[in-house]
Amino acid sequence: MGTDLNLPTWKKVAWYAVLTVLSVVVLFPLYMTLIRALSTPVSYLQKGQPLYPVDIQWGIFRRAWVEGDLGAKMALSALVTVTIVAAQLITALLAAYAFTFLKFPFRRLGFALFMATMMLPIEVTLIPNVQTMRSWHLLNSYPGLALPFLATAFGAFLIRQGFMGIPPDLRDASQLDGFGHLAFLRRVAIPVTRPVIASFAVISFLGAWNQYTWPRAVVSEGRWETIQIGLKSLSAARPEENNIGLAAAIIAAIPILVLLIVLQRQLIRGLTAGAVKG
Amino acid sequence: MSSPFALERHGETTLKDTLLAAAFLLPSLVIFTTFFFYPLYRLFYLGLHQQNTFGTAERYVGWKQYTEVLGGKEFREGLLTSGRYVLLTVPLGLVLGVTLAVAANRRLRGIKVFQTIFASTIATSVAVASVLFLTLINPQVGYFRDVGFISLTDPATALRGVALSSVWQNLGLTFIIVLAGLQAVPEEIYEAATLDGYGPLRRFFKVTLPMISPTMMFLVVVLVVFALQAFAQVDILTGGGPAGSTQTLVWRIFDNQQPRQIGVGAVMAIGLFAVTIIVTGLQFLILNRRVHYGN
Repeated sequence: MGTDLNLPTWKKVAWYAVLTVLSVVVLFPLYMTLIRALSTPVSYLQKGQPLYPVDIQWGIFRRAWVEGDLGAKMALSALVTVTIVAAQLITALLAAYAFTFLKFPFRRLGFALFMATMMLPIEVTLIPNVQTMRSWHLLNSYPGLALPFLATAFGAFLIRQGFMGIPPDLRDASQLDGFGHLAFLRRVAIPVTRPVIASFAVISFLGAWNQYTWPRAVVSEGRWETIQIGLKSLSAARPEENNIGLAAAIIAAIPILVLLIVLQRQLIRGLTAGAVKG
Repeated sequence: MSSPFALERHGETTLKDTLLAAAFLLPSLVIFTTFFFYPLYRLFYLGLHQQNTFGTAERYVGWKQYTEVLGGKEFREGLLTSGRYVLLTVPLGLVLGVTLAVAANRRLRGIKVFQTIFASTIATSVAVASVLFLTLINPQVGYFRDVGFISLTDPATALRGVALSSVWQNLGLTFIIVLAGLQAVPEEIYEAATLDGYGPLRRFFKVTLPMISPTMMFLVVVLVVFALQAFAQVDILTGGGPAGSTQTLVWRIFDNQQPRQIGVGAVMAIGLFAVTIIVTGLQFLILNRRVHYGN
């Protein structure tokens, strides 16, 4: 669609109109959330729920932050998320390398076993895994939140795809340089597949940060609530003061929004890059 | 031949490679065994037993529990609710995602802004989206309170309200993936189609859609699996109500964790596992035939 820039003006205007309407639809829930978070609930309802804020309370964000203990909950979420992403990167890189560049017995069976775990989401294995955590006394704990997610078949699969795209020439060249497996992994394989790895890291980060079902199952004490579970507690505790829950939801979404805007290029490039540049 | 790669070419396995592979795979295998494969065995075991109220004693009840649960009302209703949830979220989500992606796949000034807006819901989690929609469609104070079509207090419509929140939340992801698929289509194909006198609609259905069908297949699988795993939306928006109308399979599994019902929950989890395998397998079979694998 390289000719779009040469479109007649009226067609361009029409496209911008379509894009604007769609943007309004997509952004409407976010806009209403902002409006209602800022408004005083009773005054807002008395005004008949307008599309603008009523009786603005800027202090609502501070109140949500303090009353919801959001700082502690976001710190816990960040700790758990960083643990999971770092561990997944290491375990997936090593596994992907083994499945791509090493010859060993039962390689195909091993890979099939890896892939089979993708059919076993935490929702299926929830009951026995909660039992395991209980018997290890890890309910309401930091390891309890992270342990089942330290390895990932999806990541191993994705990075293996990247590794398989490494041109044989590059392998031959590093062979001539006398690289062993570890050196090849560190100095060639990882740098060359960086877009794929970065893309996986972003996806892994989102998944870990957004987790709900597992933390909900293993956490019963407020101080071990991640930010996602904290949102539920906050909105459930104050149905009549829903502006606090909404302000908390906005605060919870902002770090991820900023991160995604910064890493947008990596994410999109990772998703679109089929062939890896050598 | 001291190079590691030369050996691989000949397809031989060496002790050195095998040991290195074992070391590389060990961390993943430990996690998978402990939190994926052992729990699967454990589910089968729990399904064969009944426990007392405190989980201190259990007795063997055999396959009877499987046939009772899988043939019973609770599992059937959970399955039905999850199935309805798939139908409510996946087609609508796909149509909206494709609409956004086609609209934003232009070379216009400022298009990046629109692309960022369309992708923006990816910054929200299920929990955030649910909290947003809890107020948006709240029957008393919500902006859409008069839209009975999605009322959360009516058993006939509550699941639609829950589904709407999911569709919106998944929009960003769907948009990003479809747009990536669209941008991978070579421009010459569009130009050729245009020269052949294809109008925009015909071009979309005859050229664009077949070209991005692998992307679409991937998306359908992802969205169906998401829908089958839905829990947070239900937990936050309705708590399974009203009148149990939003109790998806996962919600029921979660609800059956007490020692007395844990056998029932375990059988349901195995049921969910089977459904997930069947659905993803079927989708690959059906879609594989229709999908055009462009290079």
